[in-house]
Amino acid sequence: MTEIEEKLSSRIKQCFARSLHIRHVDSGSCNGCDFEITALMNPVYDIQRFGIDFVASPRHADMLLVTGGVTRNLEAALRKTYEATAHPKMLVAIGGCACGGGMFGDTYAHLGGVDKILPVSVYVPGCPPRPQAILEGILHAIERAHELESSRKGNGAYAARTSNV
Amino acid sequence: MKISRIIVAPHELIHACRTVIANHGRFITMVASDECGREIDRFVVRYIFAHDGKSMLNVVESVLTESNCSYPTLSSMIPAASWAEREAHDLFGIFPEGHPDLRPLVLHDDWPEGVYPLRKDYALREKQERDSFSSWSYPKVEGEGVFEVPVGPIHAGVIEPGHFRFQVMGDSVLHLEAKLFYTHRGIEKRSEGMSVVKGLYLAERICGVCSVSHALSYVQAIEQISETRVPERAIFLRVLFAELERLYNHVGDIGNMCAGIGYAYAVNHGAHLKEQLMQLNDFIVGHRFLRGSIALGGVTEDITEEKLRYIETTLERVKKEFNEIVEQILSHDIVVNRFSNTGILSERIARELSTVGPTARASNYDIDVRRDLPYAAYDQLVFEVPTFMEGDVMARFKQRFLEARQSFQIIEQVINRTPKGDIRVPIGDLIPYSFGIGMTESPRGENVHFVMVGENNTIYRYRVRSAPYANWPAVPICVPGNIIPDFPLINKSFELCYACCDR
Repeated sequence: MTEIEEKLSSRIKQCFARSLHIRHVDSGSCNGCDFEITALMNPVYDIQRFGIDFVASPRHADMLLVTGGVTRNLEAALRKTYEATAHPKMLVAIGGCACGGGMFGDTYAHLGGVDKILPVSVYVPGCPPRPQAILEGILHAIERAHELESSRKGNGAYAARTSNV
Repeated sequence: MKISRIIVAPHELIHACRTVIANHGRFITMVASDECGREIDRFVVRYIFAHDGKSMLNVVESVLTESNCSYPTLSSMIPAASWAEREAHDLFGIFPEGHPDLRPLVLHDDWPEGVYPLRKDYALREKQERDSFSSWSYPKVEGEGVFEVPVGPIHAGVIEPGHFRFQVMGDSVLHLEAKLFYTHRGIEKRSEGMSVVKGLYLAERICGVCSVSHALSYVQAIEQISETRVPERAIFLRVLFAELERLYNHVGDIGNMCAGIGYAYAVNHGAHLKEQLMQLNDFIVGHRFLRGSIALGGVTEDITEEKLRYIETTLERVKKEFNEIVEQILSHDIVVNRFSNTGILSERIARELSTVGPTARASNYDIDVRRDLPYAAYDQLVFEVPTFMEGDVMARFKQRFLEARQSFQIIEQVINRTPKGDIRVPIGDLIPYSFGIGMTESPRGENVHFVMVGENNTIYRYRVRSAPYANWPAVPICVPGNIIPDFPLINKSFELCYACCDR
């Protein structure tokens, strides 16, 4: 746990100027994953000490945490939220349903996993995943975004910011 | 539990239900099903009534032919039947004549007309194009100075999706229209043809935070069909899991309600206590939400004496802290000011809408499945069912507090009285096309599962009436007259889960 915590703190410092903003989207979850995301904010896990915060609007968010497989009734809302999210639009699928549809699979009202309609950076399986696993998923998403960005820009913006820290 | 069936023609439904109500039957739900596969032409509607205190259910059923699939509505006599009849209209295309509001409920407006997914001839995976011409219609308040505030389905906090339209004059809400069923996943259709063993995993995933209650309702329905006698030790352990679930929910809700007024100190204390209880769950059964603890015919794993003692010491500590924090919350002037007289649900409406659980009891509607239709080992345990007269946010807050205190006591009794013995027995073969009704008291109220089995121990029809499904219609009624900033507080005081309502 401590190793993840240290990595997470330092990566958020490097890549997001000390603050990573996340928007949670429930695309048809059973509430279990939502509760575990809420648990991340309790005094035991206290995710805010790493500079992470949950924001009210996707326009303020660097990352989306999506819980639940996509239902027909929420497909449009999920797409709109994704479009409104700021770049690099990291999307982390939380829980078995978001990763691949889970027990509910493919029905008249349920499309299945989030990757059926949107690109997913990191999958965090579990029913629901424990708070520690969600935390590690967030870290992996940052690492991936960082790699992609640095390979695209060479020694660009991210590298410059790193040297200032 | 004894089930007595009354079979009538569609035009006699109203009369038959009136007779049952006159004999103190309490309306629970209506279940529609398409039974064309078993020489019945073709739909069956079943109105289920409970006789509290007598361990008996009445099922009034009627067959509707394919050529004339309409029946007289019962909504004018039983307002609580309204949603169930609307849902049956959406999913089966059977028509309640004279229903006051037949707008789409479960399938939203973009679902094409005349397509009914729960009919047996509709394939599970068949998708429909969106009908872009129809739009959501709802009653509107108009006039000078009246504005509309749309909220959701994606909310500002980490909560579930629902869409609300507030019609307001200044800060005061004149009318609230709620659009739900965003997380409708088609669970009932998904379960059809599934083996009853696999169905249990589905039941556990209807709702994350009432997993035990849903699983327990489901297994009780199946055990009722197979007439299985669950071992004594198992029924005590089932009570243990059910009460641990109630505890982490109620303790969490006590803190969460304070989030509705921005009282961060109490929110964090509540969340900390809840985390301790969830870690306790994890220690006992290996899952923070107690999933996988209930099995058909008993429980999955035995709880050792050592673990029981650990539960005792942990709860002792949590109970002490819980009492202290609630005392602090209730001595805060702003809390008292915001909680009192906010979001009042009158006893009359609570009864008419057949609300359940802490919501009903805080409005002086004294029902509790654990006492009225006892299941598991509740008839061998001593506990009280607290009630309040006021029906406001404060009453619902205190209701949860007193109920949590009862749960501590129940768990204490279970720890000291659980007999030794087997924890699971195999369930026998299930007679095709027989049904069972399982009821439990979840943290949010009465959960009702109707399960009809088909050939080879599979599920033929599964209908879930969760507690939030019964309570949601009451929320929009409580809000007018309050100010918009009080809505999150009122909503949190009901603490209704969207997932188990939408399924």
